[in-house]
Amino acid sequence: MPIIRVDDLTFRYNGLDVISNITFSVEKGTYLGIVGPNGSGKSTLIKCILGILQPEQGRVELFGKPLDRFRHWAKIGYLPQRLNALNTHFPGTVEEIVQMGLPKKDAATLRRTLETMAIGHLASRLIGELSYGEQQRAMLARALMRRPQLLIFDEPTTALDPETREIFYALTKTLNHREGTTIILITHDIGIIGQYAQNLLYLDKKVIFSGTFKDFCSSGDMTGLFGPKSQHIICHQHDQSGACG
Amino acid sequence: MNLLDILSYEFVQRAMVAGMLIAAVSALLGLFLVLRRFSLIGDGLAHTTFGSVAVVLLIGISPLYVTLAALPLVMASSLAIYKLTSSRKINADSAIGIISSLGIASGIILASLSGGFNVDLFSYLFGNILTVNNTELLLSFIVFLIVVVVVFYFYDDLFAVTFDQELAQSMGIKTRRINVILFLLTAIAAVLAMKVAGIMLVSALLILPALTALQLAVSFRTTMIAAVVFSIVAVVCGIIFAFLLNLPAGAMIVLFNICFLFLVFVAKKLSHLRR
Repeated sequence: MPIIRVDDLTFRYNGLDVISNITFSVEKGTYLGIVGPNGSGKSTLIKCILGILQPEQGRVELFGKPLDRFRHWAKIGYLPQRLNALNTHFPGTVEEIVQMGLPKKDAATLRRTLETMAIGHLASRLIGELSYGEQQRAMLARALMRRPQLLIFDEPTTALDPETREIFYALTKTLNHREGTTIILITHDIGIIGQYAQNLLYLDKKVIFSGTFKDFCSSGDMTGLFGPKSQHIICHQHDQSGACG
Repeated sequence: MNLLDILSYEFVQRAMVAGMLIAAVSALLGLFLVLRRFSLIGDGLAHTTFGSVAVVLLIGISPLYVTLAALPLVMASSLAIYKLTSSRKINADSAIGIISSLGIASGIILASLSGGFNVDLFSYLFGNILTVNNTELLLSFIVFLIVVVVVFYFYDDLFAVTFDQELAQSMGIKTRRINVILFLLTAIAAVLAMKVAGIMLVSALLILPALTALQLAVSFRTTMIAAVVFSIVAVVCGIIFAFLLNLPAGAMIVLFNICFLFLVFVAKKLSHLRR
């Protein structure tokens, strides 16, 4: 049973298609990379999957349940692209935000998660006082805190320094390999996708490519889209990283 | 006249209790509203209250029940603001502006048409907590209980929705339900606050304690408690000084709230300079 099944999904804004007739599925334990140019509908697709946006047509199933009947939201960890214009006066501490929505507050898990993201020393600081990079790390910690079965990251590392970025990607790989956590990563950086993801969804308002990296590397259509050199680099990075699962 | 003499009057006791209850309610809701950039909703709903009171007076309902009778229209207006804001095409400030002007325009036209209750209607512009009646005291107590229970029960949801609505949705929180509850409670608080501060100053009761507490924020919970404390102290001081100086209580309460904000702001600046 796929963890996510999307069937013929279309979302319009002001009468224009943002995404149209999207169909794909994600199996348990997959590391899926979603790529596409700006405005290709990557974030919109995720928001439709999570019920944040209501699509014009189509069907979404999460863990085998239609979206409107899905209740086990603790199975999903989501990190949005940008917090909606984070109010810098918001008086919540990092600790309060990382534990947001958790039925049980577990001090040991909290400390461990904060340390993993190198923000243990910021636990009692107000989120609005932190730099954007620190805020992003706090939000990553929040997504990881629930130990979800499905993690969705929308451009997660844009504000992170290279070292934390590496730690983050290594962590996603560990979660995927050791704990079988399904990961969906949206990024502009196709090189990163090549290093970590097993599957690729290339989106430009509709699905341009959906399949494994092996299929991607042997696809003549993708050579036409990316150019032979870029495609070779991406596939080489993928082979080197051993992300084949 | 000393403090004990003032507090011995039954109408002052009633005003104190109702004032403190309404202050706590306004401060609790105000924090969520300010953080969600709905600060001016108090103004909008107060103006709608003006129109609603005009309708109630026109129908001929006893002045004793004006507050109660105005509630349904103000609650409907609050939901209308929420609905307009949710449409994604109208910003919060514009939505408040639309409903606010509708309320005040309806009030003026109804007052003009009736020709008889202008004085009654315009007395609501400035409010008078010292005239609070038993019905209003009971209503304040019930609303206080409801707001405390709602904030306690839905604390996590309110926190998440206030922090980031989309993130809250992705956590399975029924954000629509939380928003409707918040907007309905704000409507009730605005009608009650009208009695304390008058239509002109309702938003002050919602905004100022929250702003003062935010200057001292160390966590969300403590900010909420601080807002309630500042709000209650301002009401108590405002009523006492209004009585002693024979000045309008609503305006005194608002001035105390502004004083607290100013003092906290200055103290914060000084402590930054010393570091």
